[in-house]
Amino acid sequence: MAELQRARMLIDLQNVTKVYSMGEVDVAALNGVNLSIRDGELISIMGPSGSGKSTLMNVIGCLDVPTSGRYVLEEQEVGSLRDNRLAEIRNRKIGFVFQTYNLLPRLTALANVQLPMLYGNGNNAKERALDALDRVGLADRASHRPAELSGGQQQRVGIARALAKQPSLLLADEPTGNLDSGSSEEILTILKGLNRDEGITVIIVTHEADIASQTHRIISMRDGVVVNDKNVVADQGGSE
Amino acid sequence: MSPLTVLITALSSLGSNKLRTGLALLGIVIGVAAVISTMAIGRGAQEVITSRIQSLGTNLLFVRPESTGQNTPSTLTLEDASALLDPVFSPSVAAVAPELSTFVRLVAGRENTFSQVVGVTPEYQFVRDYPVSSGQFISAVHVQNVSEVAVLGSQIAETLFGFRNPVGQNFRVNGRQFIVIGVLESKGGTSLGNLDNQVLVPITTVYYRLDSERMSTGDVTVQTINAQIRSLDEMDSSIQEIATVLRLRHRLSGDDDFTITSQQETIETLEETTQTFVIFLAAIAGISLLVGGIGIMNIMMVSVTERTREIGVRKAMGAKHRDILYQFVSEATLLSLGGGIVGAVLGVAVAMALDGRSLGGQTFQTGVSGDITLLAVTVAAVIGLFFGIYPAARAAALHPIDALRYE
Repeated sequence: MAELQRARMLIDLQNVTKVYSMGEVDVAALNGVNLSIRDGELISIMGPSGSGKSTLMNVIGCLDVPTSGRYVLEEQEVGSLRDNRLAEIRNRKIGFVFQTYNLLPRLTALANVQLPMLYGNGNNAKERALDALDRVGLADRASHRPAELSGGQQQRVGIARALAKQPSLLLADEPTGNLDSGSSEEILTILKGLNRDEGITVIIVTHEADIASQTHRIISMRDGVVVNDKNVVADQGGSE
Repeated sequence: MSPLTVLITALSSLGSNKLRTGLALLGIVIGVAAVISTMAIGRGAQEVITSRIQSLGTNLLFVRPESTGQNTPSTLTLEDASALLDPVFSPSVAAVAPELSTFVRLVAGRENTFSQVVGVTPEYQFVRDYPVSSGQFISAVHVQNVSEVAVLGSQIAETLFGFRNPVGQNFRVNGRQFIVIGVLESKGGTSLGNLDNQVLVPITTVYYRLDSERMSTGDVTVQTINAQIRSLDEMDSSIQEIATVLRLRHRLSGDDDFTITSQQETIETLEETTQTFVIFLAAIAGISLLVGGIGIMNIMMVSVTERTREIGVRKAMGAKHRDILYQFVSEATLLSLGGGIVGAVLGVAVAMALDGRSLGGQTFQTGVSGDITLLAVTVAAVIGLFFGIYPAARAAALHPIDALRYE
């Protein structure tokens, strides 16, 4: 962990709020969140539904901008950027893994993994996509369409897609929510492996305590604020 | 996103729902095919009219009496016609062929028919380009002697005499005995009447023997003077020359008692009429093209709604506003361009299939035009672009979170 303390700051949220206006009423989904995340962390965000964890995820993922407060991602203030600049940052720095996989059904696994490269640096797209599929152990399924793959395999394609552009940050929103326990374990192992072996920062949003317990840091949310932020002694092979 | 990628993405998405793509194409296909085939039929009709009128002869001016009343006799005479040949006052006139026609009853054996007889002079043969296929044409002697001889159009000859050789046969015109001295080559019908149904006789014979109207002066009156001029370039000066000669002869100081029209004018008038009709038809076809465009817009709206999640995923992966815009606009444009090309092929095929076919007694002649085909395809593509912009803009404006959450 000492090593992590020295790692550079990846994400810094200061007093971030997000207010949605639902017709007449304003609903504060984030109510002043302060959070720092360093490069290479493996984090889980927990909380009941309505706690603001999805909104926090959207803000961190640059899908949405905070109403107020400061959000610095890799020394860049992103809180006030325009949509197109946010799209560029998502493309270059962030990989998303969704609960429902969100693969495009008419594309092959390979084409799905190549998708982010359509919108940015597309050099050697195919090689990089094949490499990413290989890293999740699906190189032999490259030409299959999502409907021809199991749930666990589809989610692995989803992870490969998130990985293909070498993101600084991998955001997984309930990545095992639609999977049986066997596949869940598989997915979790892959995510942990990517963090341990390649140093990719991974943030998992979940409401399952046993998944959270496998990460190094658990952030608990309630009513739009962080109520608990603790480091866990995890199975780091005795490095602790 | 490179243009090639945009194209491939659009093609693959269109290919993934072939039935819908086909149905969306259909509107544009029908619209473009309708425009092209309509224009081809119109152009064909114009070509027919022009060539038929040109077959009347070349470099012609038509001098006609200005009708001052229903039953007033013609103001133009045979003398007027020969005066136009004056080398000093009207040097640009190469030849004149006056004519005077009337409707008569023809009887040959048991055959009995009504037809137009045209009183002509020998020059008529050359001015109006009427070669005889057998026998001879009316001569100056026939005109001078008021001979009761006739040259028949090919069709009336067949009507009266069947397969017998008509030359030398007798027949009756309003009860008078005429002898056939020649038969004309076939010219085919025009919108002005079937030229093969005419009976040509000496002009003096029509005036003295067949027509009831006579002028008190005793001069032979004529209905039309066909004046052949030496060159079309001199047309305006020729008209001036002819007008001057006739004004002098008729001692006119005020309004002319004749009109001069050119063959060119006649062609232009008829072409304008056809053109108006064709434009009207093409406008209707154009509306179907527009409806096709609205069909594409409709399909694109459905497609955007159906693919909201896809749009969300693409945006989460870093697709910018314009990436999504281009994707949907290019789909719509490809759709309409494809429809345009298929429609063009279909339209040309229809035009070619109709060429030479007869429908309701009218033989179609069609002229497919490359310009029109290109224009129709381009318009189709532009329509797709235009109607694709709104759905594409809606897609591009979707917020990534809302789009990802869409069920």
